[in-house]
Amino acid sequence: MFKLASLLMTPAAKYLMLAFAVLFPLVAANEYQVYVMATAFVWAIAVYGLNIITGFCGQLNLAHGGFFAIGAYTLGLLTADYGWSFWPAFAGALVMTAVLGFLVGIVSLRLKEHYFAIFTLCVGFIIYLLIDKWEELTHGAIGVRDIDAPYGFGLVDFTDTTPFYYLVLAFLVFAIWFMGRLSKSLLGRTFIAIRNGDELAQSLGINLMRNKVLAFVLSTTYAGLAGALYAGMVRFIGPEEANVQHTFDMITYLLVGGIGTIMGPLLGTIGLVWITQSLQFLEEYRMIIFGPLLVLLVIFFPRGITGSFLTWMHRKSQALGPAKKRQTSKVNTAQSREAESNA
Amino acid sequence: MLKVEHLTRMFGGLAAVNDVSVEFETGKINAIIGPNGAGKSTFFNLISGLHQPTSGRILLDGTDVTRLPSDQVARLGVGRTFQTTNLFEQATVLDNLIVGHRLRTRSGLWDVLINSKRLQREEKAAREKAMEVLEFVGLTHVAGQFIADITQEERKRVAFALALATDPKIVLLDEPAAGINPEETVGFAALMRKMVDERGLTVCLIEHKMDMIMSLADKIMVLDHGEKIAEGTPEEVRNNPAVIEAYLGGDEDAAA
Repeated sequence: MFKLASLLMTPAAKYLMLAFAVLFPLVAANEYQVYVMATAFVWAIAVYGLNIITGFCGQLNLAHGGFFAIGAYTLGLLTADYGWSFWPAFAGALVMTAVLGFLVGIVSLRLKEHYFAIFTLCVGFIIYLLIDKWEELTHGAIGVRDIDAPYGFGLVDFTDTTPFYYLVLAFLVFAIWFMGRLSKSLLGRTFIAIRNGDELAQSLGINLMRNKVLAFVLSTTYAGLAGALYAGMVRFIGPEEANVQHTFDMITYLLVGGIGTIMGPLLGTIGLVWITQSLQFLEEYRMIIFGPLLVLLVIFFPRGITGSFLTWMHRKSQALGPAKKRQTSKVNTAQSREAESNA
Repeated sequence: MLKVEHLTRMFGGLAAVNDVSVEFETGKINAIIGPNGAGKSTFFNLISGLHQPTSGRILLDGTDVTRLPSDQVARLGVGRTFQTTNLFEQATVLDNLIVGHRLRTRSGLWDVLINSKRLQREEKAAREKAMEVLEFVGLTHVAGQFIADITQEERKRVAFALALATDPKIVLLDEPAAGINPEETVGFAALMRKMVDERGLTVCLIEHKMDMIMSLADKIMVLDHGEKIAEGTPEEVRNNPAVIEAYLGGDEDAAA
């Protein structure tokens, strides 16, 4: 068992996953499955953004779905109404979400913890209202039609599902790569220090505001990237893209996969998107299955699939190593932690 | 080294710290004692910039740091620990310590994107600093353990190491020996002495364990209801009638 586990940890596992992703359109039963997977990848990119501000920096941002919608609408409106071609509009979507992220960040991050979460919940709802009601700009409930697909420079046609799948995969790989590099860097460690506690971080000489705003802008840019890809894929968007439900879906993906981990957002999103697909026949009643599952997961695996796996791996390697004598104290802390999480 | 002049902090109508003036000399161990609620932790929070004083001045090596935010105070060389230090439980001791040196580095987002030479150099330096302070506090053997898996005493040492990783000139230790047994307390006293002797640091600590304070401190300041009621060597404080009256209640063993 231990050997199997250590195999999963190696870079080989990552290449294996990448190989699977590359080969997926060839083994998929039909085009619809490829489409579902591409959708899952798009959401995964957005969840990676949420992971930066919430998983690493510890600030629960409930406006994330709103920024996803801003990315989608920026791309949609620029291509459909203002005649921009796809890639400039795509860059425009990233800039727009970054700038708006900065402006929202410098205001909302003055608040801490629950207050920040509630404030961003309101920001998310305001974004929804603006999209729904500002008809001159957004067409309101009618939505935006005829959004450009990505321009393939005459080489590929991204209106086909499979080429688009590979495009999304490329952005996803970049998103994960950057996340991995960030998490190991001094900057990522700075974010984690803030998550551990504002006062401790400050006493270590960390400028809270500057670093929180940076994490927030990074997260909204990820959301904008995902939103823009989404708009280019479905090519028809409406105010529902800004529904707060999307934010809570993403939080669920993050919790299930493993908050604050590198592979968690990917595993959580893909896993849950496919489970949701396979439970389509239950319609809204699938929440009856999801709800208890989520509760059990949060109680028994508070760090999600990836986090729990990594902890288990680490314990294994420590137990085999020089620290064998620590077994007992480990059990004690594990029990006390369990007690804490129950309380 | 650290000079505090007429420091006052009001919370509403309550003076948590009231007109306190004191001077801490370089390379000395200074203890602050007093009953619960005497304003000791508030005093630390004022010095480290977490709270802003209502009036008074704080001078660090002659520089006025009274109104500086705490991250800048830390950069000027004030390290500190808290009564409870929240660390990343599911990360190794070493990983938790690397960020301690962050304030001496400058790499930003762009360095992360291009994996710049500066970032690599600074990350190496931060890692080496973490190893160095870990060795200093005697925890090299748990470097690879999760914080969740180490003992209470080891956690306290990690908190020390984290403060030391910031390259401080003065360290403020808030109840470093709380919640650990008498033998471990002796070890902590030795560690604080070592910080002064080997690193030339100035140590300032809040503590309730009287026997430890009396044998360790070069100088003691006694706070009561936010006011300084006594100051001096352990011997002087021990025999000060005001201290005996207000704090020790006539029987110093009772407080220990």
